[in-house]
Amino acid sequence: MKKKIYSVLVENRSGVLCKVAGLFSRRCFNIDSLAVGETDAPDVSCMTIVSSGDQRTTEQIEKQLNKKLDVIKVKTFEEGQCVNRELMLLKVKYNKSNRREIMEICEIMKAQIVDMSKHYMMIQLCDEPERIRLMLGMFQSFSIVEVARTGTLALCKCAEND
Amino acid sequence: MNGADAIIKCLEAEQVSVVFGYPGVAICPFYNSILESPIRTILIRTEQNAAHAASGMARITGRPGVCAVTSGPGATNVITGIATAFADSIPLVCITGQVNSELLGSDVFQEADITGAVESFVKYSYLVRDVKDIPRIFKEAFHIANTGRKGPVLIDVPIDIQNASLEKFHYPEEINMRTYKPTVKGNMAQIKKVVRELERAKRPLICAGGGVLLSEAEQELRAFSKEYRIPVVSTMMGIGVMPTKDPLYFGMVGNNGKAYANRAMNEADLLIMVGARVADRAVNQPEVITRNKILVHIDVDPAEIGKNAGPSIPLVGDAKHIFADLAQEEFSCDTAEWIHTLEEYRVSMAPKRNPNPDYVDPAAFITLLSEKMQANGIYVADVGQNQIWSCGYHIVREGRFMTSGGMGTMGYSIPAAMGAKLAAPDRQVIAVCGDGSFQMSMMELATLRQHDIPVKIIVMKNNYLGMVRQYQHFTYKDHYSVVDLSGSPDLEKLVSAYDMPYLRLESMDRAEEVLDRFLAKDESMLLECVIDPMDLV
Repeated sequence: MKKKIYSVLVENRSGVLCKVAGLFSRRCFNIDSLAVGETDAPDVSCMTIVSSGDQRTTEQIEKQLNKKLDVIKVKTFEEGQCVNRELMLLKVKYNKSNRREIMEICEIMKAQIVDMSKHYMMIQLCDEPERIRLMLGMFQSFSIVEVARTGTLALCKCAEND
Repeated sequence: MNGADAIIKCLEAEQVSVVFGYPGVAICPFYNSILESPIRTILIRTEQNAAHAASGMARITGRPGVCAVTSGPGATNVITGIATAFADSIPLVCITGQVNSELLGSDVFQEADITGAVESFVKYSYLVRDVKDIPRIFKEAFHIANTGRKGPVLIDVPIDIQNASLEKFHYPEEINMRTYKPTVKGNMAQIKKVVRELERAKRPLICAGGGVLLSEAEQELRAFSKEYRIPVVSTMMGIGVMPTKDPLYFGMVGNNGKAYANRAMNEADLLIMVGARVADRAVNQPEVITRNKILVHIDVDPAEIGKNAGPSIPLVGDAKHIFADLAQEEFSCDTAEWIHTLEEYRVSMAPKRNPNPDYVDPAAFITLLSEKMQANGIYVADVGQNQIWSCGYHIVREGRFMTSGGMGTMGYSIPAAMGAKLAAPDRQVIAVCGDGSFQMSMMELATLRQHDIPVKIIVMKNNYLGMVRQYQHFTYKDHYSVVDLSGSPDLEKLVSAYDMPYLRLESMDRAEEVLDRFLAKDESMLLECVIDPMDLV
């Protein structure tokens, strides 16, 4: 099962997300992660979809995406060929005895504490998906209240012929 | 001018001559405006059949068929018809009325999210939000439906948009869609590769699918096959690409096809699949067509290539263009021995039947019918045992064979025949169905009468859902469940209620005479053939 990242430029219209997501579910393609946002052109959105499957499946995903009439362009790449990032917000309950440890982990992981109250703090981490998973693992021993993640964003690495 | 008037103008600009449909409040502005137009309206008796009739028409004209129905249940009823067209890549433009724009999403009377519901069965869909978009949307819809891999397009038009006034109507001449540019011309390097393989091949074979008919490439394919002496088999949707009696044609492939056609597929060393999906009914084991042979897959839809079988040479493009390009190449191919082998298979592996003389033998009857019908007649087979017999025994000369191949939608034949007859009033059109499929569309007898559309209907009556009964016979050892059609109407009485002539055939003894009477005049008529309930395809 190979992991592939599809960077899909689509018309920024209502219903397009539904059509693309529907295509994946209908044809039994996996979606490991999905992130959507506007690009520099307001009429174009970029969907970053992480999926996995054998070669035939990953080829079909690209072809079926290209077949959709709201899809402008599909770029497919593997994790090594791109810079990928994910943003996570994590809310934990802390106490006197573990506060120091939490702050140390944040320092090591280069995470920021973006909000806090007497018993809770919110931590932000923007990093590669692998490191987000690592961070979550580190926090399993603390009492996590809520987690929100964006899904992977990715762009192909810079090349002079871009 | 309002939005509805603009829609009619668009249809006129696209040279639409007939709209099949069923009105309701949400599509009433459209049906009000169409009265002022020369476009003919056909009141179908259930919306699904509006799409089937439009599909029948599209197959004959080569242009999108059009249907227009109301919102809610009208729109949801048409979905099966749209899905049927989608599975066979038939171009349709379906217009659905919709509730007032301001009420969208509030679950008011007869509101259905039809663009959402139909998403997996359309090539594209539109929900019109501004009356000014109507000309562009219709221009795009007709273009999308009838180019690349053809298919249905749905346009959902809220009633307030149909009523909104439009100051200036301008039908665009150009289409400007950055996301849609289908490849029709084949890559020359790939075409040269095919030629090199053809030169090397000892046992080349072309397998033609419905895509060849959709791209109107029959003549090109026939000429190519004849010039280089390359034998041809077809899928169910490809029946008619070659005349059945063409010496180079070796029948339909697949689990309901001819054994010698399948053997040809297995033994070929170069297989050219063209306009075919390589789906399970035609190619049961995709690995067989890639093992020990070069597979060339030609299709206008790149996603079809490699979906079910990985080809050695993928070739994206329209069959007509590709065969025209192939005809420009110079090469030779020695296939005399291979053709001789296939001819021997055709004789030794011919299907053997043991017909019961007390009933009409569907095989002999269909063959006789093919001989007696006009050479350019249109034969529409329904779904079930009747379809498999039709595929096996109908002889295409210069006519057309149509059926619901991909979706296998029962009830397709009568509305599709109606559409075909309207497209070609001078040609004989015959719908062949079973007593199950007939009852799924028998309400359309009224439509045939009302609009005076002379379609000939043959019902193969065996009092069973025969195809399922046959499956239960083999799979469940005759443990029949819900396949008995007792309670079916007396067809003679039924058609007389519609003031339609009726004929009955109970055995092959009087077949010639009855068929002569059945085909004598260009008028609607129903012929009931009593077949052995235990007969197998």
